[in-house]
Amino acid sequence: MSDILITRQLRAALFSALLGASSVGVVAAHAQDTSVFEDDPAAKGETPAAIKGYEIAARSDRTDHGFSDSKVDATMVLRNAAGQTSERSLSFSTLEKENESEGDKSLVIFNSPRDVEGTALLSHAKILVPDDQWLFLPALKRVKRIASANKSGPFVGSEFAFEDFTLTELNKFTYAYSREEEVDGAMMDVVERFPRYEKSGYSKQVSWIDQEIYQAHKVEFYDRRGDLLKTLTLSDYREYDGVWRAHKFSMVNHKTNKETDLVYGEYEFKTGLDSGDFVKGVLQRIR
Amino acid sequence: MSESKNNQLDMFAAGLAKLMIKLRWLVILAAIGASIAIGSHASKLEFSNNYRAFFSAENPELLAFEEFQATYTKSDNFLFVLQPRDNSGAFTNDTLAAVEYLTEQGWQIPFALRVDSLSNFQHTYATEDDLIVEDLVSDATKLTPDELAAKQQIALAEPLLRNQLITLDAGVTAVSVVLQYPEIALTEVPEAVAAARALRADVEERFPNVDVHLTGTSMLNNAFSEAVQNDLASLVPAMFIVVLLATVIAVRSVSATAATLIIIILSSTIAMGFAGYTGVKLTGPSPMAPVIILTLAIADSIHILISMRGAMREGLEKRAAIIEATRINFLPVAVTSVTTMIGFLALNLSDSPPFRDLGTITAVGIFAAWFLSVTLLPALLSLAPIRVPQRAANSERGSLMLGFANVVIRHSRLLLVSLTALSAALIAFIPTIELSDQWREYFSPRMEFRSETDKVIEYFGFYPVEFSVPAGDSGGVSEPDYLEKLDAFTEWLRAQPNVTHVYSITDIMKRLNKNMNADDPDFYRLPGDRELSAQYLLLYELSLPYGLDLNDRINIDKSASRVTATLEGTVSTKRAREFFVEVDAWFDQNAPQYKAPPTGPQVMFTYIAQRNVESMIAGTSIAIFAIAIIMILALRSISMGLISLVPNAFPILTAFGVWAILVGEVGFSVAAIAAISLGIVIDDTVHFLTKFMRARREKGLSCADSIRYAFETVGVAIIVNTIVLGAGFLVMTLSAFKINMEMGLLTALTIGLALILDFLFLPALLLLIARFSGETVNTKGDDYVRHTYNAAA
Repeated sequence: MSDILITRQLRAALFSALLGASSVGVVAAHAQDTSVFEDDPAAKGETPAAIKGYEIAARSDRTDHGFSDSKVDATMVLRNAAGQTSERSLSFSTLEKENESEGDKSLVIFNSPRDVEGTALLSHAKILVPDDQWLFLPALKRVKRIASANKSGPFVGSEFAFEDFTLTELNKFTYAYSREEEVDGAMMDVVERFPRYEKSGYSKQVSWIDQEIYQAHKVEFYDRRGDLLKTLTLSDYREYDGVWRAHKFSMVNHKTNKETDLVYGEYEFKTGLDSGDFVKGVLQRIR
Repeated sequence: MSESKNNQLDMFAAGLAKLMIKLRWLVILAAIGASIAIGSHASKLEFSNNYRAFFSAENPELLAFEEFQATYTKSDNFLFVLQPRDNSGAFTNDTLAAVEYLTEQGWQIPFALRVDSLSNFQHTYATEDDLIVEDLVSDATKLTPDELAAKQQIALAEPLLRNQLITLDAGVTAVSVVLQYPEIALTEVPEAVAAARALRADVEERFPNVDVHLTGTSMLNNAFSEAVQNDLASLVPAMFIVVLLATVIAVRSVSATAATLIIIILSSTIAMGFAGYTGVKLTGPSPMAPVIILTLAIADSIHILISMRGAMREGLEKRAAIIEATRINFLPVAVTSVTTMIGFLALNLSDSPPFRDLGTITAVGIFAAWFLSVTLLPALLSLAPIRVPQRAANSERGSLMLGFANVVIRHSRLLLVSLTALSAALIAFIPTIELSDQWREYFSPRMEFRSETDKVIEYFGFYPVEFSVPAGDSGGVSEPDYLEKLDAFTEWLRAQPNVTHVYSITDIMKRLNKNMNADDPDFYRLPGDRELSAQYLLLYELSLPYGLDLNDRINIDKSASRVTATLEGTVSTKRAREFFVEVDAWFDQNAPQYKAPPTGPQVMFTYIAQRNVESMIAGTSIAIFAIAIIMILALRSISMGLISLVPNAFPILTAFGVWAILVGEVGFSVAAIAAISLGIVIDDTVHFLTKFMRARREKGLSCADSIRYAFETVGVAIIVNTIVLGAGFLVMTLSAFKINMEMGLLTALTIGLALILDFLFLPALLLLIARFSGETVNTKGDDYVRHTYNAAA
């Protein structure tokens, strides 16, 4: 079931992208008090390359620390090999994880297409076990828990897998520092990372993280054979009081030549959400 | 149209031969050097391994399918079929473990995009408010007999699996691996095939009780290039033996045979070098080009050699004999080469690129053979130690032909009537020919693809027919009316003969509706509400593992969905065509607003013969017209030019008639045969009529005596030529590719019939015309003066 594996990593990548949570970083200038973090030795590894890779990833992920919660609207544009396009619009609410042994909590509400308007997906991201997910279907007026190890199919038909959204959950991977590379005049650290989640669809990801604001600008996803499957380009980074968010995520599938652009609007931070807004019960009350 | 023109040509030819002999070393060096330089490009030749190469870029069925694939997913696949050797069935720990292993390892095949099997089938069910989605089979070795039985029940009840991945008796199961090739390098398919074969061997070794068969469109694509390599390895050597034997027998001289071999080898080399230079990818019929060139190129040399021997027998010394042979054959060799080239060049109007390539490459080879025959051949022959005993057995052969001529002249009326009647009777059978392009049968049973596929089709369907059923607007696939009609279409398809399986989203919708209503069987029906259906789809997509998504079933704006009907492996092309018409009628009657034309390889091949016949009607017409003009110019007579077509059109049509009776069905090469064989068989007529006209014009002989003269001078050469050509095309019947086999057999048949008609029908026709114009015919031939060699002109 290598396909399942693919999805997990993809989901990781996508989620961070989609939710903006993981790709967000706090600027270096805003340097965090890193003492609140405890490194996971299993993710950190022991070789110098692994440790350096882990540290670069950790610095990137931890720039995000303290964003508390966020709300943002996004538009997804799907394009297939025949050039046909299709749009979906969604709203994301995210609650920052309490610690690095778990992931962020998120709520995705579909605004369009019209047929799925009001459908809401609540996720409690986990690191090494399947996420908890509940879906509210307005037409059925019922909440269903989805018990599946592989919430990693294409997210609403896009080239993003659910797995891709939790892109930068630090401890989901082990790392290997690869090299420094200049891309468009900016120095980047190139870090390889390997999913620890057994059902991830990927064998490897390669991320390009700049040395200035510590944000990922490109991620390559390799399938279980080790072939390049997709490339994600993150752009239009904007700073929100020290927290960085990319506003455009472009995923290209090299196998199928399909593409998806995910374009975010303005983020709102510290909107007063708390864990009570991320429980199953709220789903039916959303509208 | 004057005698002087003919003399000028003769003088030119003689002068050319003299010059070639004078500069022989230079000519030999230049010819061989140039041939090698051009031929070196042959190293760039590649073998196509994509069935799409058989369709032109404008082919409507291909265009429809390309669009379909861009919307959904590519449909190249491997199909592994697992059969337990002890017939214990698919639902045993051992067989399911093999399925599980194969499913996991299937992802390691290069370019794999999706793997479908019993084990990774996403089984959905409900417990309270939970929707459980899991692999139908995991940890197969640990399943208890009860669990195995339960899984078997689930699989057999599942419309998406039943008859597609599991047989109804649960005896045999399949794993499908869908691939998406980058289509950059020709190494992609062989690379994937090597991995698939290694995986099959691996599974068979790990699970000794499981027999694995391997087929699918990727194996088909690979079979195309393997067939070519197979053909080149077996046919070219066979062709050489035929050519060698024919030449030795015809010219009875080792050195002359060597000279001929050099000419034909260089001709083929030049043609294949040209093909390499222009970037042709060989597949199907196009690799037959060197075989056909060897066959056709030899004719030019043989005519010149036979004339040369005749002249030497008459007492001419070798050099003079070479010049004389070149002089008298210059025109017929040019005319026959040009007509044959026209026939092959006409293939460029075919809808199928490999036939275009075959036509162009062969035409280049024929041109090279012609050019070398009048330049390099005289130079080579002047060096060859050829001795011919003067006035030996020749008179006997000539008298045999003369005797034959007398018989034909005596019975001309009977021959004319009976042959016309016989041909007409045979031609009447042509409409019974059935066009058949079942691509499984393209390959001879000695090819792995064919033998494996033959086993697979005992258990599963083989030919997928795809439909992209449009729903109208964006998101329309969730519309209740659409789903109802789609369901009706699905059920209708399932009820059709020859349809083994139908894949449609309606089955998924029904299952989800049941799952979402606590697995209540009463809810195994379509949701009946657009929003609910749309939300089910969203839920379903969120629950799937990567690679098993709905992207290959529903287009991105959800305005169309895909239905796949699989047809039996034994279905005939005719039946497939009927099926497509029935589908069309179903939509017209039941759901005109959702009408979807069938598409896919099966559809493309079903219409390939029709497309090629249509496109070659123009090609063949142009060839007939051009050849008629050439004949009129060459024979310097409009009436003779037109008459010459009759004994050539007849054998082609008669050959189809014979085929209709003996074989009954033919693939799309049928479209090419008329143009090719017309160009070839007219050669005999050219030689016969050239001599006939010379006798009429230059010697002032009567019609009957001119016929005798023609028989006497070129009768033997025509027979030899026919045998060589017939043997050459019969060699093609050894091809692993059915299209070539049919092309070879039909052309050989045509060539054989052409000889009969040239010898029996053409003289009778000429006499009939002579009688019409008031000439008396001497049927005895007692006042005829013998000629012993065709240089007598």
